[in-house]
Amino acid sequence: MTITPVTIAFAVLAIFTLGGGLGVVSSRNMVHAALYLVLALFGVAGLYVLLEAPFLAAIQVLVYMGAIAVLITITIMVTRRIMGITESVNRQWPLAAGIAALVAVTLGFVVLGLFNGLLPVADVPPDNIEQLGAAFVSHQAYLLPFEVASVLLLAAMIGAIVVARD
Amino acid sequence: MADIFTTIGSWLTGLFEGLGASPALAATILMVLGAAVLASAVLFILVFNIWFERKVMARFQDRIGPNRVGPWGIFQTVADLAKLFSKEIIIPGGADMMPFMMAPVIAVMSVILIWAVVPFTPNLIGTDVNIGALYFVAVSSLGVMAILMAGWSSNNKYALLGAFRAVAMLVSYEVPLVLTLMIPVLLTGSMRMNEIVAAQRIAYLFMMPLAGAIFWIASVAEVGRQPFDVLEGESEIVAGYHIEYSGFAFAMFYAAEWAHGFAICALMAVLFLGGWRGPGVEQIPTLGIVYFLLKTFLLYFFQVWTRAILPRIRIDHIMYFCWKFLVPLSLVLVVVTVLVDKTARSLIPGYMLTGSLIEMLPRAAVLLIVNVAVALLAIAWVAWLGRRERERAEAASVSIAPIESGATAQQAR
Repeated sequence: MTITPVTIAFAVLAIFTLGGGLGVVSSRNMVHAALYLVLALFGVAGLYVLLEAPFLAAIQVLVYMGAIAVLITITIMVTRRIMGITESVNRQWPLAAGIAALVAVTLGFVVLGLFNGLLPVADVPPDNIEQLGAAFVSHQAYLLPFEVASVLLLAAMIGAIVVARD
Repeated sequence: MADIFTTIGSWLTGLFEGLGASPALAATILMVLGAAVLASAVLFILVFNIWFERKVMARFQDRIGPNRVGPWGIFQTVADLAKLFSKEIIIPGGADMMPFMMAPVIAVMSVILIWAVVPFTPNLIGTDVNIGALYFVAVSSLGVMAILMAGWSSNNKYALLGAFRAVAMLVSYEVPLVLTLMIPVLLTGSMRMNEIVAAQRIAYLFMMPLAGAIFWIASVAEVGRQPFDVLEGESEIVAGYHIEYSGFAFAMFYAAEWAHGFAICALMAVLFLGGWRGPGVEQIPTLGIVYFLLKTFLLYFFQVWTRAILPRIRIDHIMYFCWKFLVPLSLVLVVVTVLVDKTARSLIPGYMLTGSLIEMLPRAAVLLIVNVAVALLAIAWVAWLGRRERERAEAASVSIAPIESGATAQQAR
């Protein structure tokens, strides 16, 4: 294996993602855990860039780092009692670790079986965003999930407004 | 279509390959070099911008402004920078070190990253990704995280309050910003920045003035400039989220705000004023950077102007204005634009032609009429709301009006 700028970038991003993930589960401070989560999500966005999927990368940054991470961080910051916690309160962590390991093994098994080692890089079509957009509104592809997600988000938004008005 | 910058680029590639680098390595070195030059140029132009802003503000307020260091005080910012560099960075007791020191870095980073997709000339652009407009929205949302980190890690209630206020405002104004950003993208049919510029033989501001206005207002709010400067309300929360920062750490927040202010001018110029387009660019592409900077600085002057003459709006009014006026208006505008544009395509022959300026006029006229109509309806709606509110206030004030007669009032006076 030759070392190219892409492999170096991949190594750095992998360290970001895995290190961030490790930080999330090992931090005692909840805000630190949220910030490590942001780091891990940033690493994933970088991996999308390396896979020549800039649209997914931008959406990853916009939705996960710009919206969900901010939501999680604010929720933690305004929850009063959560800030003073210095020791791990969840006694079920061995169970969680076991389930996580099981999921990792299953996913690894499936992915490795699917690709059977390394695959050559496929050519990314230059109009991949157009294809994605067309797939969202095509009844043969993802029209139904797309519309269901829209309705779900709308319902959540209306619910949030109703709760806030009370 | 050769211009100075591509010539420099190919010369440098030749130089690196002559020194024994492989083409891939040479390209990588060139990319890193280009990123470094672009990022430094953005921060360097800031030194001029801060002086420019202080000078223009001073003139608006009938003062002279900086006038001691160098001719017209032009080196004042350099002196200020030297001072800020030499100051101690004080870390308050109980502060959370890692987020505290990371926050200014992320704040500057989120702003510098925007410049990667700003086209200076037809050929000079950091990276002409096919999602340029979306990229801008994505990276500018990182700034919110920096503000949260700064406010929380300072261990100061004013900083935390300021951060919450700022985040509430920034997240809210992102909605009309993104909605109106969709309009140039829809009209062009591409998110690629260079294609958006190339499509503007008639600048989009003249086709869609209302969209441009909403985008500009939302952008100014995203920067936190007057009249939306609740990010640092000196009279209410001392200084907002960066109250505990000093020395160079503070300078980075300051630089981030100023660089963001300049970046939105560049984006407005690119998305609505035709970026590098101008007479003679087809022959000499290098001329594009002159037009681009001219438009950007014109907008920057406009920004400083509004900053100098407008007072701050109260936070609840800012949120009201965003959620109950800008968001519905931009939603209606997007839907109406899409419907009219699609219908006109099938009704008017030659609607989508872009061969010459005359051929583009029907589309421009239709879109302009739609825009003006939506704008007039919105103004009429706001006027009606205001009148109703005033009538209600007058009706309420009758019952508590002074009951003394005109004669006693005269005597009392």
